[in-house]
Amino acid sequence: MDDGNGLGDVLEASDRRAAGAGGRVTLTLRIRRYNPETRGQESWWDEFTIESEPDDRLLDALHHVKWYLDGTLALRRSCAHGICGSDAMMINGRNALACKVIVRDVAPRVTVEPIRGLPVLKDLIVDMEPFFAGYRSVLPYLINDSGEPEKERLQSPEERHRYDDTTKCILCAACTTSCPIFWGDEEYVGPAAIVNAHRFVYDSRDEGGRRRLEILAEKNGVFRCRTTFNCTDACPRGIEVTKAIQDVKRSILFDRF
Amino acid sequence: MSVETRAGRSPAIPPGRGAEVRRRDRPAGGFELWSWLFMRVSGVALLGLAVGHVLIMHVLDEGVSRVNFEFVQLRWESPFWRTWDWALLVLALLHGINGLRVTVQDYVRWPGARFALNVLFALTGFLLFVLGTVIVFTFDPNAWPRTS
Repeated sequence: MDDGNGLGDVLEASDRRAAGAGGRVTLTLRIRRYNPETRGQESWWDEFTIESEPDDRLLDALHHVKWYLDGTLALRRSCAHGICGSDAMMINGRNALACKVIVRDVAPRVTVEPIRGLPVLKDLIVDMEPFFAGYRSVLPYLINDSGEPEKERLQSPEERHRYDDTTKCILCAACTTSCPIFWGDEEYVGPAAIVNAHRFVYDSRDEGGRRRLEILAEKNGVFRCRTTFNCTDACPRGIEVTKAIQDVKRSILFDRF
Repeated sequence: MSVETRAGRSPAIPPGRGAEVRRRDRPAGGFELWSWLFMRVSGVALLGLAVGHVLIMHVLDEGVSRVNFEFVQLRWESPFWRTWDWALLVLALLHGINGLRVTVQDYVRWPGARFALNVLFALTGFLLFVLGTVIVFTFDPNAWPRTS
């Protein structure tokens, strides 16, 4: 990843200066490939061995492969800093963001696969539509029919704290695609949709909580959750996903008392 | 005024009880909620019933070697033990069949196979329920030839 040829970006260069001139490590990337246009419906494995800074991110290593070794490698990434949620992939069997995994922690060998349970389009790129369909189904936006307030809608710190954890979601799909129930049946709304419902159900400014609970109490809602905690392990933002799901279950249960 | 509305509906309510949600409509939750709750309640009940059953039939005194017609007859003279065994039968069947339904939901993709398996499991459960219930409620030791 030499920036002298102008191919690298500014952030990458500054990252490397900050990392200093430590010893380079050899990293072998084993990447699951898929390209229905040239290779049919079978996926295959490709291996690339590169020299890398130990403090580089795995995303940098994937960039190196794509930019210098095999331009046909397809992956998604946007911000490269753990905020946009584009580069969720299965790294050594666990879902993570490639931009938040450090080479030092996976060298000398790492396996990279697309996230599971969604149709693969090419290499590490999956069709996110079923994921977003679940997200949209829980009405993930403010519902308030009480009319426009004169100023902002006030909220106490305690009321804000109630749903603070679930505001952190970046919709990367790492949780939903680590869920065995979602693998088996993509009709299940999945952990991410429940997290985003949670974010509004417990918002004191919102009035759509009952409608969301009704949706989540249905056949493909929260009661399909088997509390395997895969989602909580996978979340790159550290959201307590399983706890949020249990919150919603409890609310549906105690709603009537 | 939205401010008044908001103040009127969000007093200090303990978190996690769902009371933050407005109460004007019908509460959420249908079959899946009750199925989920039943699995938890019946699971706890079955723990006591099944462990008690295993202790009585297989562990205490000389264990299973003392279990014969006389033993069952004596035990079932008490309505308590008949109720115990019937509760064990009904809860185990409902818990088990519902567990199979949920497993089918998770693993069987084809709707026709889902339906067929669920019907098969429900029918099997119902037959076992009828058979067990008839025995528990109609068992009369005098109607059987003595075995010992």
